[in-house]
This record gives sequence, structure tokens and C-alpha cells, in this order.
Amino acid sequence: MAIELKGVSKSYGSIQAVKEVDLSIPGGCLFGLIGPDGAGKTTMFRLITTLLIPDKGTVTVFGLNSVKNYREIRMFTGYMPGRFSLYPDLTVEENLSFYATIFGTSIRQHYSFIEPVYGMLEPFKNRLARNLSGGMKQKLALSCALIHNPKLLVLDEPTTGVDAVSRKEFWDTLNLLKKSGMSVIVSTPYMDEATRCDRIAMMQQGVVMVDDTPAAVLGAFHKPLFEIRSENRFLLLQSLRSIAGVKRAYLFGRSVHVTLESETADRVWLIEQLKKQGIDNPAISAIAADFEDCFIEAVEDDNVNNKAE
Amino acid sequence: MNNQSIIRVRDLVKKFGDFVANDHLSFDVYEGEIFGFLGANGAGKTTTIRILCGLSLPTSGKLEIAGYNIYTQREFIKRNIGYMSQKFSLYEDLTIKENIRFYGGIYGLSTATIKRKTDELILELGLDEIANNLVRDLPLGWRQKVAFSVAVFHEPKIVFLDEPTGGVDPVTRRQFWEHIYRAASRGITVFVTTHYMDEAEYCERVSIMAEGRIEALDTPENLKKLYDVGTMDEVFLKIARKG
Repeated sequence: MAIELKGVSKSYGSIQAVKEVDLSIPGGCLFGLIGPDGAGKTTMFRLITTLLIPDKGTVTVFGLNSVKNYREIRMFTGYMPGRFSLYPDLTVEENLSFYATIFGTSIRQHYSFIEPVYGMLEPFKNRLARNLSGGMKQKLALSCALIHNPKLLVLDEPTTGVDAVSRKEFWDTLNLLKKSGMSVIVSTPYMDEATRCDRIAMMQQGVVMVDDTPAAVLGAFHKPLFEIRSENRFLLLQSLRSIAGVKRAYLFGRSVHVTLESETADRVWLIEQLKKQGIDNPAISAIAADFEDCFIEAVEDDNVNNKAE
Repeated sequence: MNNQSIIRVRDLVKKFGDFVANDHLSFDVYEGEIFGFLGANGAGKTTTIRILCGLSLPTSGKLEIAGYNIYTQREFIKRNIGYMSQKFSLYEDLTIKENIRFYGGIYGLSTATIKRKTDELILELGLDEIANNLVRDLPLGWRQKVAFSVAVFHEPKIVFLDEPTGGVDPVTRRQFWEHIYRAASRGITVFVTTHYMDEAEYCERVSIMAEGRIEALDTPENLKKLYDVGTMDEVFLKIARKG
């Protein structure tokens, strides 16, 4: 295992950001930590990159303890924080040289590692970092994280607020880095990006709810799930919520996704119930869950369990 | 939705020096519509929104917002719209109640109206127990609900939502859209930007910008047919890649 967390907790005052997390991340894979803002993703990354000390539990990175051996871990770890953290009043090249010097290397020595990313930025190497566009800032930050040829690359929400096209390109780059042998760990609030990872962990309120391959996470959703369409979605949604026996109903694009209380209730039952609500001829099909369905399921079942306690 | 224009844009051009951020945009947004305004980063969306909100003047073009002229009646425009962005919509060091009252005051509502509407809103959002807590202590999902409610507190004709759901969990994101639907059903026109392509499907019509121009504008269904694909994600890829 590249990274192992055992019984890890971390609090800030009265806020418990990470709660008793056990998680193993294999080496050489593209690992996605998926969850909304406030789930604890950044705290997890700061613990892994030795920037925070756990209150409880241990973090092991490539066999090294995050507290005792933090210097060694830092030498082979590249970290790209969520907020742009380079020097705005240095040029592109100056920022990169600065990072290279910290790690006892030079741009020239490790040029081949950053070339796929830095190549596009090099024509602007004399520009001040503050004058770069969002996409260019991101490329510079990634170049700086790669300059010492790390074997572990940790990226905190690199695609947040980035448009759908640029997000796809960024994931392509990460895939290339992984193929070169690097262990890459990425956090994201976009559930659909789970498909781009070899393994994922879904996090909410400091807890890792699910940890597996994307296919296994989808496969574990074994309740019948229905996609329902009708002329007026909002009306459909409200009608579905008022039917006893409908467990959950949520908007999904043009349709509403529905799970039922009873395993035996089916399409025919749904059509009947909707007819009573005055909705005729809804289009209903049984579908496979996507990652958002799985996340909602995990969160809500978790809430139910908490209430029961 | 009827076909009465509430936003009418004709040949909108906005230049910054030599750079053309908005290149002859023409479009209408209809009263009561949920209108999705999409585009890649840097396509020029923010420039357009700033102009539509009366915060910046176009280089040229004819624009009417809620019936008011963009060059001569910007103060009227501001009074008739609401605005919410993902980042700074609320004062973190004020309580929920104080934030609501503050915005009501800015829009010139009477003290009695503010008091009545604040109580109503807090009850509707189920926030009565924490109405006197600082906004800073609220989870993000709640903050966004409060921010949205504040943006429509003065019953504006149009509300502009700039990436309102970024970083929010899937459940809260959907609850947020239910608030949007509710506002639209009261007749408020919703103008929204998002990077979530499933949310593009929640809109009645969407426009997609690339390099300062509107490359496509239609219902999600028609756009998918036009580009012969199954999802808005693919439509977006085809258009934005062209740029």
C-alpha cells in the first residue's frame, strides 16, 4: 500500500473534520477522494502530506510514519493545494525555479517530467504569475508540484469551478502521469469524475462511507431504481414524494430518480400510484445507478443509522 | 412561461482594449423562464452578466432589462433584479436574521415588511432555531439556501445565479434546484450559470458561449437533437472544443 490511514481523527476546536478513518490507497493508481465541501477532503490531504498531525491514529506513506518521517515523505511528495499558492509577483519561470531549488534540483535537470504540462506554459515564462488565466495558473501549479519528480502526487480539488472541457483535459493529464508510474490522489466534488479513477472513496462529514473501485461502488447499489419522466418535472417530483411507499425521489436532469420502500413494488405499481395523483402516461424505466445515486444512498442511509443510534 | 421578453439583448459588444469579450450577442430571455447561461471558462459569461446586472456598460449594443434601458436606467435595473454568486453573497459575521434584514433594507423595503417577511422566510427554510447564529457557522448547503432566499427577498423580476451550486453535495444541490423551481413558479425569471451539465437539463432553454459568441441557444432537448448526442455534456464538449 502506498498510503495507509488507521483510526485517524482530526479536529479543529469543536469541529471534527476527520472521524476515525481507516483507508488504504494502493500505489501506482489514480485515486479519487470524492465528497462535497466540508466533507474533510482537504484535512485528509494535509494529514497525508504531513502538513497536519493526526489527533488520533497513524498515517503511513510508503512505509514511513507521517509524524516521525515527515522530511522523507515531503521529498517524494508533490502537493497542489486547492487555492492558488504560488507567488503572484514572481514570473512563471521564477516560481518554477524556486520550487526546484527547494527540492535541490533545477528546471533543466527534471525538464522531461514537467514537459507535458509546462510545455504549453513556456512561451509565457516571463509573465508574472498574477497575470495568468485560471487555466494557466493551474498548469503552473501542477508544474511546480511535479518539478522534483515525486512518486506521490496529491491534488486538492484541481477541477473545481473549471468548465467541463478543461476538466476532461486535466483528467487526461493525470492519467498520463499515473501511467508513468506515479501514485496520484485527487479530490473532487464532482461525482461524475469517479469514472476517471481506478479507486474511489466517498466522504461526507469526516467519514469515509464507501471505498472501492468505481465499478464495485456502482455494483453495490442493489435496490431497484427507476427513472421517471413527465411533462412537468417539478409537479412529478412533488407527486412522487406524496406517495406512501416511495422512499426517495430526486431530480436527475430531465427525469426523476426514484427508489421504493418495498422490493416487490414495481413499474406497474408506480404507474398506478401516479395515475391516482393525476399524472398519466409517465415514462418509467428501471435503470442502473450512477455515482450521485450511490452517494445519496450512502449519505441518507448513514443519516438514518445516526438517528437510530 | 410566455414569450414576453424580460431580457432583450441586441448586438451586444464589449471590448477591453483590443480584446473582444462579447462579440455581437443577441438573445432574449422570457418572463418566468429558467435560462441556463453556459460556456467554458474565459468564454465571456461573467462580462455579460456584469452588463446585464447594470454593473458595467457595453461598448455598443441595445439592451433592455426588465423593461429598463441599460444606458440610462441602470439604477432601476438594480432594484428589479437579485444576484447570488457562489462566493460572497452573505456577511459571515452577521447572523442569518441580520443578513436578511440588511438586504431587505438595501432594497428599500419598509421595516414592517422586512420584519414580517423575515419571520416568514425563516420559518419556510426551517431555520427558526438557528436564526440568530452567525452565517460563518452554517454548513455550506444552508448558506447557499439563505443566500438564494436573500437574493429573491425583494421579489425581483429576474434573479441572476452565478454558479450557485459549486462544491455542494448531490442532495443539497437538488434541494437548491427545488428552491429555484419554486421561485420560477412565482414568476421570477431565473438566469443561471453552472458547470454541472445535468443542471443544464433543469433549464427551459440554455445558451452556450465560446470565445465571446453565443454558439447555440435552444431547449436542452433540441440541442441534443441538433448535435445528435444523448447528453448536454456531449453538446457542451462539441461546442466548446470548436472554440
